[in-house]
Parts: sequence; C-alpha cells; structure tokens
Amino acid sequence: MSSEAFPLGRAQTSHRVSVRAGLGRLGLRGAALIYLGGMILLPLSAVVSKGFAHGFAALRSAMAAPGAVSAIKLTIITALVAAVVNAFFGTLLSYILIRYRFVGRNVLSAVVDLPFAIPTLVTGVMLVALYGPASPIGGWLEAHGIHVVFAPLGVLLALLFITLPFVVRTVQPVLAELDIAQEEAAEVLGASRLRTFFQVVLPALRPAIAAGTLLSFARALGEFGSIVIISGNITNRTLTAPVFIFQLASQFRSDEAAAVSAVLFAMSFTLVLLTYRLAGNRGDRP
Amino acid sequence: MSARAEVVSQRDASVLVRGGLILLAVGYVAILVLAPLGGIVGATARAGWSNVTATLSLPDVRHAYWLTAVITVITVVSTTIFGVLTAWVLARHHFRGRGLLNALVDLPMAVSPVIVGLMCVLLFGRGGWFEAFFASRGIQVIFALPSMILVTIFICIPFVIREVLPVLHEIGVDEEEASKTLGASSLQTFVRVTLPSIRWGLLYGIALSTARALGEIGAVLIVSGSIQGRTETATLYILRAFEERQQPSAYLVALSLAAISIFLLVTIETLKKHKARRVSG
Repeated sequence: MSSEAFPLGRAQTSHRVSVRAGLGRLGLRGAALIYLGGMILLPLSAVVSKGFAHGFAALRSAMAAPGAVSAIKLTIITALVAAVVNAFFGTLLSYILIRYRFVGRNVLSAVVDLPFAIPTLVTGVMLVALYGPASPIGGWLEAHGIHVVFAPLGVLLALLFITLPFVVRTVQPVLAELDIAQEEAAEVLGASRLRTFFQVVLPALRPAIAAGTLLSFARALGEFGSIVIISGNITNRTLTAPVFIFQLASQFRSDEAAAVSAVLFAMSFTLVLLTYRLAGNRGDRP
Repeated sequence: MSARAEVVSQRDASVLVRGGLILLAVGYVAILVLAPLGGIVGATARAGWSNVTATLSLPDVRHAYWLTAVITVITVVSTTIFGVLTAWVLARHHFRGRGLLNALVDLPMAVSPVIVGLMCVLLFGRGGWFEAFFASRGIQVIFALPSMILVTIFICIPFVIREVLPVLHEIGVDEEEASKTLGASSLQTFVRVTLPSIRWGLLYGIALSTARALGEIGAVLIVSGSIQGRTETATLYILRAFEERQQPSAYLVALSLAAISIFLLVTIETLKKHKARRVSG
C-alpha cells in the first residue's frame, strides 16, 4: 500500500499510524528474537563455551573415561542400523499407505504415528514388559540365547520404535503428490511393477527418503528415555553416548559432559540441517 | 501360453506381490509397536486390580501426576503464545537475520534431551552464568520447578511454529490486507481473519507439544534432582519405581501415560483429517 493513494490532508495521521505500526512490528520481531535467542542460542553457547573453555582438555579427559569410546561407537552404530532399516521399511510403509487400499489401512496409519505420542521412557518400559525375563516371550528368547533386555539388541529395538514415523511421514506427502500417470505409462510400455518402482518411483522419492533417514539418524543419536531403561547402561557393553553424558553430569563433571555434548550436538545438527536442505519445503519459503 | 493367459497370470503375480508387501509392512509394525504395547497391557493386567488401587493411593504417585500436569500446562500455554508470535514474524516480516531465526527453530530437534538438561545446569547451577543473580533474590531454579519448565519449553518450541508457519504462508496476506483496508486494527485482523485459518495447524501443534511435554524425561531428570514427592514427575516416578523393583507400579503409571498419549494421537488424527478435508474441499 502506498501513501500517495491518500489525499494530502490525511498525510499526517497516516504518518502517525505508520510509526505506530512500525513500532508494533519491531516489538513483535524483538519478542521473537528474544524467545528463540534467549531460549535456544544462549543455552547452547553455554555448553560450547563451558566444554571448550580450556581447549580440548575437557574432551580429552572425558574420552579417557572408561567406556567413553565404546559408548560413542555403540551410539553411532545402532543409530546407523536403525536409520538404514527405517529407510527400507519407511519407504515400504508409505508406498503401501498411499498406493494400496486395504482393510485396516487407517489403523496402520495411526499405529505408525504412535511413537510420536508415546513417551520415550514408556517405550523402554513396554519393551522390558515384553522382552524382560519375567515375561513369557522374554523367558523363551533368553532360553534360546537371544538377549534383548540389557543388550545392544534392546537398544536397537528402542531406536527403531521411536524413529518409525520419520521416513514414512517425509516420504508419504511426496508420494501422494507424485503423478500416478507416469507409473501407468511405464506399465503400459511393458515395464514390470518392480522395474517401474525402481526406475520411475524411487528416483522421485530419493530426496525425501534421504531426508527422513537422516532425521531418524539424528534423533537416534540423542535418544535417552527409552534406552536408559532397556539397556541397563553397562559400561563397555550397552552404555550409549547420551547416557554417558548423563553419568558425567550427575558426577558433577559438567566440563567434560559439556565437551561430549557439544560434539554429539554438532553431529546431529549437521544432519538436521542437511535434512532440511533435502526436504526443502519446511514452510520457510516466502 | 496365450496372451490372455499371460495377462491373467501377471495379474495373479501382482496380487501376490501386493499381498506380500502388505503382510511384510503390517508384520513389521505389529512386532515393533503393537507387541510391546500388548506386553505392557499384559504385565499390568497380571498385576491385578489391587496394584491399581495401591499405586494410585500413593502420595508420591499423586504428586507426580500433579507436577507433570502443571509443567505440561505451563509449557503448552507458553509455547503456543510465543510459537504463534514467532511463526507470524517469520512468515510476515522480512528482515535481515530471518533465515538464521528460522534455522534456530529446528535446533531443539537436534539436541539430545540430556544436553538440554545440562545446558540448564550450566546456566543456573553452581558456577553458572545466572546463578548469582537468582541466588541473591532467593529464587531456586535448579532442583526446582522453574528449571523443569524451562527445559520442557525448550524441547517443545518447534512443534507449534512448524505446524503454523506453512499454513501462514499458504493462506497468504490478501485477506489480512483486505481486513486492514476496511479499517480493522492489527489485533482485530489477527483474531478474526488469521486465527480461524491457522486453527487446525495450531491445534495439531498443541497436541504434539502436549504429548512431548507429558513424556519428557532426560532433561527433567538432570535439572530436577528427582526429589521424591517434590520434584518427581510421572516419568521420573516410573524410572524410580523401576530401579526399586516395583515393576507393577511402574507398568501402571507408564500405561496411564501411554493411554493419555494415544487419546491425544486419535485426536490429532481426527484433526488432520478435518484439516485435509478443508484444504481439498
């Protein structure tokens, strides 16, 4: 709207209004800045400055603690395996939910979302209730030499549970937008279902699958609630990086905890940034 | 084989593939998600009704539920108000640093809850940047309610913003400008024009925030000190009951949290469908 549209006599009031509007706009902008800056940036800078106040000394001393290296290794490996499994089953699930009509499709869709709602600690408790030695299934598995509770397999199951929705929910909207005419054309031209999927559907989905996989990887790196119960936190065996940070913090070794935190955070934040690059549409485009 | 027979057998094969894929996906989800859910329901049922009455009459349990409710309500109200405000600024204002602000919104998704708790301790705990300020005014932050609310807000920041922002972009500014041209104030325009359009996205964001706030454990565990009957939330109670080998009580409280969450999820799904119908219709 341009001020030339107004007659000359009203110029003064419209000027006053625009000053007030300008102030209001600045006020809103300031509030948003303080909210995000104060709530997010400030605490993060505290972690980085505390962890690296004396260079890499704190990080080195934290990594020298027993079990530190194996905790970080276990976290990366289980998160990676969970991400790869998610890439496969997430794509499969979104394909089925979009392209097939069958009884119980809505129920399946709701169940896929369950992990978003169920508290992570409750996930851990549920897994112990099912696979713990006191339950019939857990007892049977233990008798056959398969250890879930207090074992790396339990950590992996917890991660798979909490990251189930990520790939499905990033791939689904892309697949829904995809024109089915291309697939039909491929099939009319004699391509098999499988070939159509790999040569027509998959290339279009690749960025979304990659984004969902990275996101679930990032989420799995930081997971705490479900793991703290199922893993038993055994040093050198089932201790993960977030639980290791928790142990350092509760021993009042906050410098070392901050150093390891900064490293873990840097890894997952890079992944999240990459994700949004890939996924593109996060509502941040004008 | 005649051409016709070939087509039929191809169709049979594709029906088989279809069935196989559906079976594989449903089986995976059933084993991964539904089986553990069945596990906890079974374990709680085996503990019997006496466990329910005994657990729910414990003062610690009642206090834990109350504390969780207080933290959740305060968190959801603040992230809703500031979330809508921030989404509005990100969608409607163009200024230097907007991109940075936008990237900040996603940060909490990348931070492990344990790190969130640690950050709060580094700011307000012993030797922290703001320790002296609050200590001299007699305000206890760490090992008390304020820090527990702060960390939960941090974790819930993205939900409302990420649900509302795309809707704000989608609806555009035409109606808002028309309303202002007709003489409505900014506030009137927001309440009468903008709010009704972002309603479903906002409710979805609020539901996600609520579910996350109810179940937060890692961050709260570090800042609260888990003082029994004082700073122990429902999730912290579950953790303690588990460590003290009171599994039946832990199962019951965990199941109740899961039930609330599932109720929320059903609400979310209904809202989503409502939203979808609005967009398409």
